[in-house]
Amino acid sequence: MNRMYEDYYRMDRMPTIWCPGCGNGIVLNGFIEAFKNSGLDRKNTVIVSGIGCSSRSALYLDFDTIHTTHGRAISFATGIKQSRPELNVVVLTGDGDCSAIGGNHLIHAARRNIDLTVVCYNNSTYGMTNGQYSPTTPTGSITATSMYGFMESPFDLCKLVEAAGATYVARTTTFHAKMIPMMIKNALLKKGFSFVDCIAQCPTYFGRKNKMSTPADMMKWIRDSSVNKKTAETMSESELAGKFVIGEFVNKEKPELTAEYTKLVERLKLKEKEGAAYAKV
Amino acid sequence: MKMVKNKFMQGNAACVEGAISAGLKFYAGYPITPSTEIAELCAEKLPKIGGRFIQMEDEIASMGAVIGASFAGVMSMTATSGPGFSLKQENLGYASFVEAPCVVVNVMRSGPSTGLPTSPAQSDVMQAKWGTHGDHPIIVLCPDSVKSMYELTIRAFELSEEFRVPVILAADEVIAHMREAIEIRDDLKPVQRRYTTKKPGEFKPYDDSEGLVPPMAKFGDGYRFNTTGLMHDTEGFPTSDPVKSQKLQDRLRDKIEKNLEKIVSVKTYNMDDAEVAVFAYGSTARSAMAAIVEARSNGVKAGLIVPETLWPFPEKIISMYAEKVKAFVVAEMNMGQMVYEVERCMHGKAKLLTVFQANGELIKPELILNRIKEAVK
Repeated sequence: MNRMYEDYYRMDRMPTIWCPGCGNGIVLNGFIEAFKNSGLDRKNTVIVSGIGCSSRSALYLDFDTIHTTHGRAISFATGIKQSRPELNVVVLTGDGDCSAIGGNHLIHAARRNIDLTVVCYNNSTYGMTNGQYSPTTPTGSITATSMYGFMESPFDLCKLVEAAGATYVARTTTFHAKMIPMMIKNALLKKGFSFVDCIAQCPTYFGRKNKMSTPADMMKWIRDSSVNKKTAETMSESELAGKFVIGEFVNKEKPELTAEYTKLVERLKLKEKEGAAYAKV
Repeated sequence: MKMVKNKFMQGNAACVEGAISAGLKFYAGYPITPSTEIAELCAEKLPKIGGRFIQMEDEIASMGAVIGASFAGVMSMTATSGPGFSLKQENLGYASFVEAPCVVVNVMRSGPSTGLPTSPAQSDVMQAKWGTHGDHPIIVLCPDSVKSMYELTIRAFELSEEFRVPVILAADEVIAHMREAIEIRDDLKPVQRRYTTKKPGEFKPYDDSEGLVPPMAKFGDGYRFNTTGLMHDTEGFPTSDPVKSQKLQDRLRDKIEKNLEKIVSVKTYNMDDAEVAVFAYGSTARSAMAAIVEARSNGVKAGLIVPETLWPFPEKIISMYAEKVKAFVVAEMNMGQMVYEVERCMHGKAKLLTVFQANGELIKPELILNRIKEAVK
């Protein structure tokens, strides 16, 4: 393993629990590279995760880490950030964790624009429980709970958090591995709610059931299904069905919750001082 | 002891006063009757003292945020009622297992389900102990007056930090909304957490060699520690080792069971010569007090046992009085919950009579008095 990464991993926790060919390691390496390039202080950074394959990431990172309950990572992260705004708070989560059981926390964190960086390892399945369909499973997919084909529509998580008010929203894939650190770095440095959707492969539980039994098959599928944001603008809705649109969708400035709350605390302190001065007179 | 002048306030307000005296700096909650005044007062008061408030999207998130703040080293609390308390259960179990000090107020209202939202009940007292899955340590306190709401809130913070355990303040709607005069102390120092003196690298978050309650580290201090709701070893990492797993389960039980003297608190009235002991808690204890006074004026030697600690259950004192009295009368605003604990601890030594009522009304003293009279017939 490259030394650059080694310094940020808990090497005594290796190997990971992930299957051979899993995309999670690519995302996690991308996070480390992004963190290193961001210039942020590791001491002031907390990694929060939920439950699922991707959420195991927290256990492998040599940071302050908290592996919480299924779907609730963002709520724990909100408590950490709102109580100690000086901490950088990162949530490493999966598609099931953050958009099914934890969907409510995702949209409300985006709405209140709290300064969290959420990285979603989006492999469109519940790998930990052997591959049931998730909110991002492509329509028609065969999974452990859709053996006749998945008949629902998948979430576009980027559109969801954009609509909810996130200030940084981007999507890339494990095939476009170089984009991961770039986007996560932007997310880390954004003062506001940031969301990076990383399409990742699960060859063991998703690929095998969908005629992509090797990691390479899945990477090719991800490559062939990916459409650049600019190209996507010229495509119709039916042409975009089943595609992953990649790129930066939102990168804007907006008042951030914990900073605004700090201003309130300062304002009330000032008011109290003025009140005390007035009382003396 | 320095006191400020008497204040006339409701139970929920007394809870907030107590919490702030104890050092509360973070509140996360979701609106629900009859606990809402706690959230409203925290929203008003916390920013004035450099603390922080947040109204979360649901009860589950409120509990998560409170645990997050606790690991960040900030004293934290949430408050809820009935349905909200049910929603908090999973994260409450997490808090207990990862040993995150925090205070959860449950202003009990009539259930099940939405029930009678503005009416009192005492029907979550078993849930408070057993609501979340798995064996787990927990402390549950129960106030019977506005004064006791203030004092037990402070006590809840002290116990949660001392034993690294979530503490539930199981108030009922009557206590929460009743107004009484209380004395607010201004000489209280915030409750202190026991932090590790070890250096990063030497610190283990669940180090059992440091006693039953391991000292903590907080986020941002350079310890780079992990915590997980999976079964974990002393270093805070997942393990499926049966020996380590059992050792953790044992320590979690022992940190409460071997400290009962520090935790359990019971108030007794006229028990010295009592022939009939009334066991009642929360607002029911107030009706019970009227009943024993009336019984005494009718020549029946009645006494009252009011547990301030519902969990761990005050076994010893119940067993001790069961040897002395002829009968116990258990009165509670539910269909019979704590009565099973009382019965278990009585070892069949005395007669047992009950008053159960779950219709949203306070139990009237007459109902308890009738049972006291029946007991000595």
